[in-house]
Amino acid sequence: MKRWLSKNLIKIYAFLAFVYLFIPIAYTMAFSFNDAGKSNLTWRGFTLNNWKNPCGAPDVCTALGNSLKIGFIATLLATILGTMIAFALGRHRFRGRSTVNILIFLPMATPEIVLGASLLAMFLNLGINPGFWPTVIAHVMFCISFVVVTVKARIASLDPKLEEAAMDLYASEVETFRKVTLPLVMPGIFGAALLAFSLSFDDFIITNFNSGTLTTFPKFVYISSARGIPAQANVIGSLMFILALAIVLTSQFVSTRKKRV
Amino acid sequence: MAHVTVTAKRSNIVRGIKRPSTPYLLLLPGLAWLAFFFIFPLINLAGTSTQTPTDSGEIGSYIQTFRFANYIDAISGARDQFARSIVYALIATLLALAISYPLAYAIAFKSGKWKNLLLVLVVAPFFTSFLLRTIAWKQILGNEGPVVTVLRWLHLLSPQSGLTASAFAVVTGMTYNFLPFMTLPLYASLERIDPRTLEAAGDLYANAITTFRKVTFPLSLPGVVAGTLLTFIPAAGDYINATLLGNPKTKMIGNVIESRFFEIVDYPTAAALSFLLMAAILILVMVYVRRAGTDELV
Amino acid sequence: MVDIAASTKGDLKLSNLTKAFGDFKAVDDLSLVIPEGSFFALLGPSGCGKTTTLRMIAGLEEPTSGKIAIGNTDITYAKPYSRPVNTVFQNYALFPHLTIFENVAFGLRRRGIKDVTEAVTKVLALVELGHLAQRKPVQLSGGQQQRIAVARAIVNRPALLLLDEPLGALDLKLRRQMQIELKWIQTEVGLTFVHVTHDQEEAMTMADTIAVMNEGRIEQMGTPVELYEAPRTVFVANFLGQSNLVKGKVVGNEGSDLQVSVHGNKINVPASRNFAKDNSEKSVLIGIRPEKISIEHAEPNSLGGGVITDISFVGVSTQFQIQMPWGQELSVFEQNDGGASHLQKGDTVTLSWKPSFTFALDGTSDVDAGTSVNPDEL
Repeated sequence: MKRWLSKNLIKIYAFLAFVYLFIPIAYTMAFSFNDAGKSNLTWRGFTLNNWKNPCGAPDVCTALGNSLKIGFIATLLATILGTMIAFALGRHRFRGRSTVNILIFLPMATPEIVLGASLLAMFLNLGINPGFWPTVIAHVMFCISFVVVTVKARIASLDPKLEEAAMDLYASEVETFRKVTLPLVMPGIFGAALLAFSLSFDDFIITNFNSGTLTTFPKFVYISSARGIPAQANVIGSLMFILALAIVLTSQFVSTRKKRV
Repeated sequence: MAHVTVTAKRSNIVRGIKRPSTPYLLLLPGLAWLAFFFIFPLINLAGTSTQTPTDSGEIGSYIQTFRFANYIDAISGARDQFARSIVYALIATLLALAISYPLAYAIAFKSGKWKNLLLVLVVAPFFTSFLLRTIAWKQILGNEGPVVTVLRWLHLLSPQSGLTASAFAVVTGMTYNFLPFMTLPLYASLERIDPRTLEAAGDLYANAITTFRKVTFPLSLPGVVAGTLLTFIPAAGDYINATLLGNPKTKMIGNVIESRFFEIVDYPTAAALSFLLMAAILILVMVYVRRAGTDELV
Repeated sequence: MVDIAASTKGDLKLSNLTKAFGDFKAVDDLSLVIPEGSFFALLGPSGCGKTTTLRMIAGLEEPTSGKIAIGNTDITYAKPYSRPVNTVFQNYALFPHLTIFENVAFGLRRRGIKDVTEAVTKVLALVELGHLAQRKPVQLSGGQQQRIAVARAIVNRPALLLLDEPLGALDLKLRRQMQIELKWIQTEVGLTFVHVTHDQEEAMTMADTIAVMNEGRIEQMGTPVELYEAPRTVFVANFLGQSNLVKGKVVGNEGSDLQVSVHGNKINVPASRNFAKDNSEKSVLIGIRPEKISIEHAEPNSLGGGVITDISFVGVSTQFQIQMPWGQELSVFEQNDGGASHLQKGDTVTLSWKPSFTFALDGTSDVDAGTSVNPDEL
C-alpha cells in the first residue's frame, strides 16, 4: 500500500489539482441551472429555464453581442498584423531586430491598468470618446504581441529545407510561400487567433477604461456582481466553456487523425 | 552552336522572399499600431504625470509644469498599497509555482497518451469568463457557502469570521487566476527534458529527491522563469481580485490607480503611480532574470 | 512556366568556383567537368566544401566568384526554380502536409504540367512504392521516405540530379541496398547524378568518377580504381581505404623507375606510380596498401625486421599490426584463405610486395592527412 502510494503520489496530486481547477467551473455551471430570481446567490431549485432563455435577463445578450463583435474584429486585425511581424522576425534578416523584440515584449510586461489608462488618456486628449472602436483598437494593441510569439514559435519549428526543396522543384518565392510555408504555419496562426479571441473576450481592465457606456460580457458580470449576477450569465459562461473546449478538442482530434491515416 | 545564356536575378537563397525592403514592409503596420496605441499613450501618460491642477479648480483640467515631485507625493500617499501589491503578487506567484510544478511534472512525465487532453483540461477552465470564476470563488468561500459551513462545523472557524473580504481570499483568487500562466511554461520546459537524462542520474547513484534537485529542477529553470514572470507581472497590477474578494484594508495599487482615474479625478497622481508600478515591476524582473540567467524573453 | 529541363542538356562545368564566408573559403577555386549521363561522386570529410559546392550547383547558395554551366547555358546566378537541376536532400525534406502523390507531383505542377498522373505513377512504380501514394510522409519509414525523395526529383527529368548524403540516416543493410538501387535507377533513367558523401565505400560502389575534396579544393579526380590504386596525395591515400606511408630517400634511378632507400631497405617504384615532386632533401613517402603486402611470400620490395604486435580476425581478412625497427606501426591485411593462420603475436616477419603496387608521394606532406580521428581530440 505504501509503495503504491509513493509511486502514484504525483498522479493523485495531479488529480486533486484538476479538481481544484474545475471547482469554480462546476459551481458556475451548476448555478446556471438555479431557479434564481435576480440574484443567483443561493440555490433555490433546478430549472432549465435559464438555458432555454439565455437572453432573458436584461442586457446580457447585448453585452455578449458586443464582446463577440469586438472579439472578431480585434482577432482579425491582431492576427494579420502579428503574423506579418512574426514572418519578418522569423524569416528575414534586418537591423533593429532586438528593438523590435523589446517592443513586442513590452505590452505583455505592462500591467493592464497602465495600458488601459494611458490609452484612455490619449483618446480623451484627442477628443475621442471611449466606446466601441477605442475598445477594438485597445484589444488589437495588446493581442498583437501574443500573436507574434505564437506564430513565431511555429515558424521557428519549420524546417527551412522544405522551402529550399520547393524552390528546387520549380516553385518561385511566392509559390513556395503559398504552397509550402503558409499551409505549414497555418496551425500556429489558427492557434494565435484563438488565443487572441479568448484574450479579447475575457478582457476586463483595459475594456473598462476604454469602452465608456458600452457593455461587454465581463463588464456586465462585474457591474451586476454588486446586485447579483443573473443565472443567464452563468449559462453564457458555461456555453463559452463548452464551445471553446469543443473547438480545441476537435482540432486536436483532427490533427491526430491526419497523422494516423 | 548558339550560345544561350539564361538571364536571371541573382539568387540569394538563405530563407524566404528576399527583397531587402520586405521585412520592413511586413513590420510596418503592426509596429505602427503599437507605436500609436502603446508607445505614444505611454509617453502621453508620462507627460500627464508631471502636470498640476490649473488655477480654475475645474475637475480634470491640468497644465504641464514638469513637477517631478508628483512622483514623491504619489508614492508617499500609496506606500502601503504598493508594498501590499508586491507582497500579494509574490505570495500568489510562489503558491502558483508550488501548485503548478507537480501538476506540470505529472503531465510531462506521467501522463502517457493523455498528455494533450490533460493540457487542454489545464487551460479549459479559463475559457469561462475570469470574472465569473472569481465571483464563483467569492460565493464558494462566502459565509453561506460550503467551505465556511464545513470549517465552522469543524470548529476551525468562529461563527463571526469568514473567508472572503480578506487578504487570504484575495491571494487565493490571484493564485487561481494565474495557474495556467504558470503551468504551461513549466510544462513546456519539463517536456523538453529527455527522460533518459533522469535515468542516467539514477544510474549514477542519485535517489529521486537528489535527481530532482540536481537534474530536473535546473533543467526546468527556463520554464520556471517564464512562468513566474507571466504570473508576477499581471498579478502586481491586478485589482479585480482585491475588489471582489477583499476589503478596504486589502486595497492594491491597481485599486488606487483606478480610483484616482475615475472617482477622484486626479490624473497626474494616477499617471505617476502607473509609472512607478511599471518601474517597480521592470526592476524586479531585470534583477530576477539576470540572476536566473535567462535571456530569451519573447 | 517554361519546360526548362528539355531545353538544357550537356556536361556540367564548374569553372574557378569559389565560395567565401568572410575570410574562410569553403570552396576554393574549384574547376571540374562532369560528363552528361555519368554518376559522379564528390567525396570528402565534413567541412571539405562538398555540400557547399552542391548547393551552389542547385542555386541554394550564391558563389562568390566563378561560373557554373550546363552545356552552353550559364546558370551561375539563376534562381533554383529556373535551373534544370533537382536535389535529393539529406533529411529528404518531403512536404509533410502533402500526400506522397502530391509530393512527387509538386515539381511537375509548378512547371505547369496539367496531367501528372501518368508520370507520377510511373516513377512510383520505379521505386516500388505505388501503393503508398495516398499516405503522408510521416507514415513512411526512413527508407521509404528516401525513395520518395528520389522519385520526387527524377520525375522531373532534370539535366542534373544532386544527392546530398541521401543515405546517411539509413542503417547499414538498407544503405547497401539503396546504393545498388540508386545506381540502377541512374543507368535506367540516364540522368547525370552528382552524389555528395563522406563514405568512401559508398562513393566507390556507386560512382563512375570520384572527386576527392579537402578544404575547398579537389585533391584528386578519377575512377574509383584510379583513386584507390594510384593515389596522388597523402590525403587521398589515407581517405580512401588505408595506406602504409613510410618516409624514404631517393638514391637513384633504375631506367625510369625510382630507387628509394627506406631505413636501409631498397624499394623500387615504377615511374608511372611516382607522384612525388623533387625536393632538396630528396625525400619521398613510399605508399603500399595493407592488402597488397604479403608476410609469407617473398617479393621484390621488402621491409624486414617487423614484429607482430596485434592480430585481429575480421571474417574476410586477418589484420596485422607490425612494429618496424624504426618505431612505425604498419598494417597488413591477409585474406583468410588459409595462408597466414599460424602467425602469432611477437613473431618477427618481413613485409614484402610487388613493386607495381608501390606508389610514391611528396616527401614533405603530412603523413596523417586524411586519417579520420586524431586521438588527442577525443
